[in-house]
Parts: sequence; C-alpha cells; structure tokens
Amino acid sequence: MTTTATDTPRATAHRRLSPLARREARWAYVFLAPWIVGFLVFFAGPMLASLWLSFTEYDIVNAPRFTGLDNYRQLLTDPMVARSLGNTVLFTVCHVPLVMVISLALAMLLVRVKRLQGFFRTVFYLPVMTPAVAVGVLFLLLLNTQDGLVNRALGVVGIDGPSWTTDPHWVMPGIVLMSLWSLGSSVVIYLAALQNVPRELHEAATVDGASGWQRFRNVTLPMISSALFFTLIVNTIAALQMFTEVYTMYFGNRQTQTSFNADAATFYVIYLFQQAFQFLHMGYASALAWLLFLIILAITVVQMKLGNRFVYYEGEDR
Amino acid sequence: MTALAEPAVPPTVPPRDQPVPTVPPVAAGGRPRWRRLPVIAALALATIAFLAPFAWLIAASLRPREYIFTTSFLPVPLRSANYHEAWTAVPMLTWLFNSVVVGVAAALAVTLSSAWVAFGFAYFRFPGRNLLFGLVLATMMLPFAVTMIPTYLIWSELRLVDTQVPLWAGNLFGSAFYIFLLRQFLLSLPREYFEAARVDGASYPQLFWRMAFPLIRPALLVTFVFEFKASWTDLIKPLIYLRDERLFTLPRGLKVVLDRFGYGGEQQWEIVLAGSVLATVPMIIIFFLAQRHFVEGIVTTGRK
Repeated sequence: MTTTATDTPRATAHRRLSPLARREARWAYVFLAPWIVGFLVFFAGPMLASLWLSFTEYDIVNAPRFTGLDNYRQLLTDPMVARSLGNTVLFTVCHVPLVMVISLALAMLLVRVKRLQGFFRTVFYLPVMTPAVAVGVLFLLLLNTQDGLVNRALGVVGIDGPSWTTDPHWVMPGIVLMSLWSLGSSVVIYLAALQNVPRELHEAATVDGASGWQRFRNVTLPMISSALFFTLIVNTIAALQMFTEVYTMYFGNRQTQTSFNADAATFYVIYLFQQAFQFLHMGYASALAWLLFLIILAITVVQMKLGNRFVYYEGEDR
Repeated sequence: MTALAEPAVPPTVPPRDQPVPTVPPVAAGGRPRWRRLPVIAALALATIAFLAPFAWLIAASLRPREYIFTTSFLPVPLRSANYHEAWTAVPMLTWLFNSVVVGVAAALAVTLSSAWVAFGFAYFRFPGRNLLFGLVLATMMLPFAVTMIPTYLIWSELRLVDTQVPLWAGNLFGSAFYIFLLRQFLLSLPREYFEAARVDGASYPQLFWRMAFPLIRPALLVTFVFEFKASWTDLIKPLIYLRDERLFTLPRGLKVVLDRFGYGGEQQWEIVLAGSVLATVPMIIIFFLAQRHFVEGIVTTGRK
C-alpha cells in the first residue's frame, strides 16, 4: 500500500515518457549539448553582459564602473551617433530597394534563357564570393576620379564623373554603387521563386486577356512575394550592419583616415567598432550595440507585420 | 526567319501559331529568336558590368606600375613579377596559408558540430524541443555587434587574444543557420530506416556517424563551403583578435597592404592588386568546384 501510494505520483509524472522515451530524451540532450553550451557562453551570457556593460564605463584595464543611464544620455547628444546612424539609414534606404528591383529585373531576364542560364547565374553570383576587403580595395580603384573604370565608362557616354571617393557628397553614392555589385544572392533566390510560379496561372491570365504588366502585377508579384519578403528582411538587416567594405576603403590604423570624407563614410557599426576597440569605450560601445539591436528589432517587427498583409504563402488560406 | 528560329526552339515547344496553351509563360522559348534578342542583349550588358571589375583587377595586377590605370587592355607589357614583389614585400604566402588553416578549422568545426546538433533536433522527440529550436532560430536575429564585446572579453580572459583560436573555436558549438539547414535535410530522410538500424542494435552516435552523415553529404558540403567562404572573407574577427602580422589572414593582411602601399604613401598599387587577386581567386575556384551543390543550397535555404 505505502509503496503504491508513494509510487503513484511519480508514475503519473512520467506517464508521458516511457523508459524508452526517457532514454531517447537523454540522448537528445547529448546531441544538443554543444549548442546549449554555445548558446549560454556565446549568446545568452554575452547578451546579459553587454546589457550590463552598457550601464558602465569600462576600458578593459580598470574594472567596470556603474554609471547608470549616462551612456544612453550620451547617445542622444553625440553628433557622431546621429551622423553615423543617418549614413547607415540613408545607405539602407537606397541599397535595399535598388538591390530588390535590379535583382528581380535580372532574374526575370534569366528565367527567359534556358541554355545560358547557368553561365549568367554564375556571373551574377561571383561578386558574392569575392572577399569584402577585396571588393573595397577594388572599388577604391574603380571609383578613382581620373583613372577609375567607372568614370571612364561614364566618359564613353559623355558624362563627366564625380569625385566618388574624395567629394563627401559623392562618397555615399559610390558606396551604394559598390554594394550593388554584390546582389547575386538575391538574383538566385528570385530566379528560384520565378521558376516555381505555376505556368497555368500565366496561361489563364493570358487567356483572360491580361497584358504583360497586368500578369506581372497580378500573377508574378504575388506568387514570389515570400521571396521578396525574405530578401527585404535579410538585406535590410545586413545593410544596417554594413562594415567591412566601407572600413576597408576609408578607415585604417594609420593616418590614412582621410578626414574630409571620414564623416561621410562613418557607418554605425564602424563608429561602434572605433568606440570599442580604438578608444576602448566598451561601456559606451555596448550601449551603441543595444541601440542598434533595438532599431533592427523594431524594423524587422514592422516588416513582419506588413509582410503578413502582403505576402502570399502557397497552401495558405486567405 | 524560319531558318533562324528553328534551331533555337527547344523540342518541347509547340508550333508558334498556337502559343497559348503550352508555352511556358515566363520563358519565351516559343517566340521567334529575334524576340529574345533584347533579353540576351540586356543580359550581355549586365554580364559586362559584372565581369568588368574582375577583368580590370586581373589585367591591372599583371601590369607594370606606371601602366596600372591604363585604359587599353592588351598593348601593355605583362609583368607577373608583381606577385613576386608582393610576396617579398609582405608575408603574403603566410597570410594565404593562415587563411586556409583558419578557414578549414572554422568550416570543419561548424560542419561537424552543426550536423551533430541538427541530428538531435531532427531525430529525437523530447520535452522542450520546439522551445529550444525556436531559440536556435532566434539567435540568427541578433546583430553580431551585441555579443562582440563580451565575446572579446571571454577570449581575453582565456588569454587567447592574439592567437587564431577565437577565429574558429566558437564554431565548435554549432551555428543556427547551419543547424536549421542540416535539420531540413535530415528530416527528409525516412525515419524507418533509422529505426531498423536501432532494432539491429546500432547506437545513436552510430546512427549519426554511419547513416545520417553520409546521407546528407551534399548539405554538409554546402555548410563547409559556406563557412569556409565566411571565414575566408571575414575582416572583423582578425581585426579584433589579431595583433601579430604573422598571424593575419589574407583579408586582414590585404588591409595592411592597402594602408601601407595604397593610399598610405608609397603608392605601390601593384602589391595591393596582387594581394586582391590572391584573396579572390581561391574562393572562386572552390565555388566552381562546388557550384552545383552550392546553388542548390542557396535555393533551398532562400525559399523556405
């Protein structure tokens, strides 16, 4: 009697998991263990640490000193925060729509060719495989005012190209131009989506007398909306974290920091990196990181909300 | 017109006078060739725009210094000695070697650990699975800048700053994107197959290593190449963790070269260009070798 009385609660607690299932669960955690450890050490821990550091003054040498909201107050008045954030947002607002429109146009051309498709796809994807530092080096030379390939190409059609890398007003357009060279992954994604559009839909629309534009607007776009949405989110998040190419071009260890255009090229993550590892303002940099996190989170949430209204997923009831 | 159009029409396409029912809607294969000319022309133009920077880079890297910015492609004397000079001016070969070592270590670590974890998520049913997998996906959203400083402090506490360990060791714990990718592939394998092996007395690690691992080899290749590429092209980690020039990877070294020989004063662009080619070409060779799986992998992950 007593044994059954004590055993019963245990038995109920484990009713859902048979001994076999329990053994399986133990093994499951053995397989998950590396990720769980990594999550605690490289994500959860650092996130909390970074949040805490954002309320301190810390230079690595001396122990962190709690300063409350000072870092966040400083964020609001630091002109370089406004400047770098402005640059980053301007870049994102130019880069993302351009990438999406041009990639879609290229993918729609690609879907029309059969035999050479692999070749063109490779051509558009190659720049993605090029190290960002090499891209930065290359475009520093290509955008060169007198001898650069870009201005020479413009010269062919009779345009007198601007001083892309030295005129502060033209630094950002130059960076956007460079960023467009590496849009290959979006092309590949759109191409896959376009090939997935059922032929019958286009045929039916054609029978109903839809024009090319109407079919694009009412058949193609809705059918590839999930791919468009995916690239919108991924490209936006990546653009807001732009670092390597621009750092390569305009910033460095020595006195190479060309002062007249450094401001125009200071992206948010570059400023964050400088604060953390050049000036050792680890606390302030942590606050900068958290502001970036909140901005990305807010933008992603808004995009998701809009996405729910405009994106059509196959097999989903509307 | 017929003579022109006939060979271009794929065998499956119907006669041109009844185009509507079976012509692929977006692929204009059934139209006469001249209708496709604008498409080919536009693609050719785009190809020129995309390939010109590569062509310029390779051509310029083989020119004498005073001809680097020359417009004409051919009549300029070739000078392969630029590469030799780059090798002697900076430890280019060491950097190349470092990039390979770090890239292989990073890619191997992430492939093995992510496959192991992905098998855990794909095969087992256990309490908390959905919650944990949700956490895996959530880590993809976090900007690297948030964890960058504390992660640096961890490696600094372990006295591993200014070694190459931080460039790859974090990969031993799996990575969300690859766990997600490999889990998708593992889920497509028939479960009965594994259960039969269990009945025959195979242990779970044996299931993983002997069965799952060989079966998802294409996905593992994608993971390896993706991560090798990520490591090969990364600047920020070497920038943060490495001080000693002899430990630099190629992108980090290239940055030094640019600072020192580019706009840094001495203006020896041929060294910068040779370094850029060295940083670019190996990745492109790997891309060609793995291309089929690679593009498949991008398509699978991009379409979810």
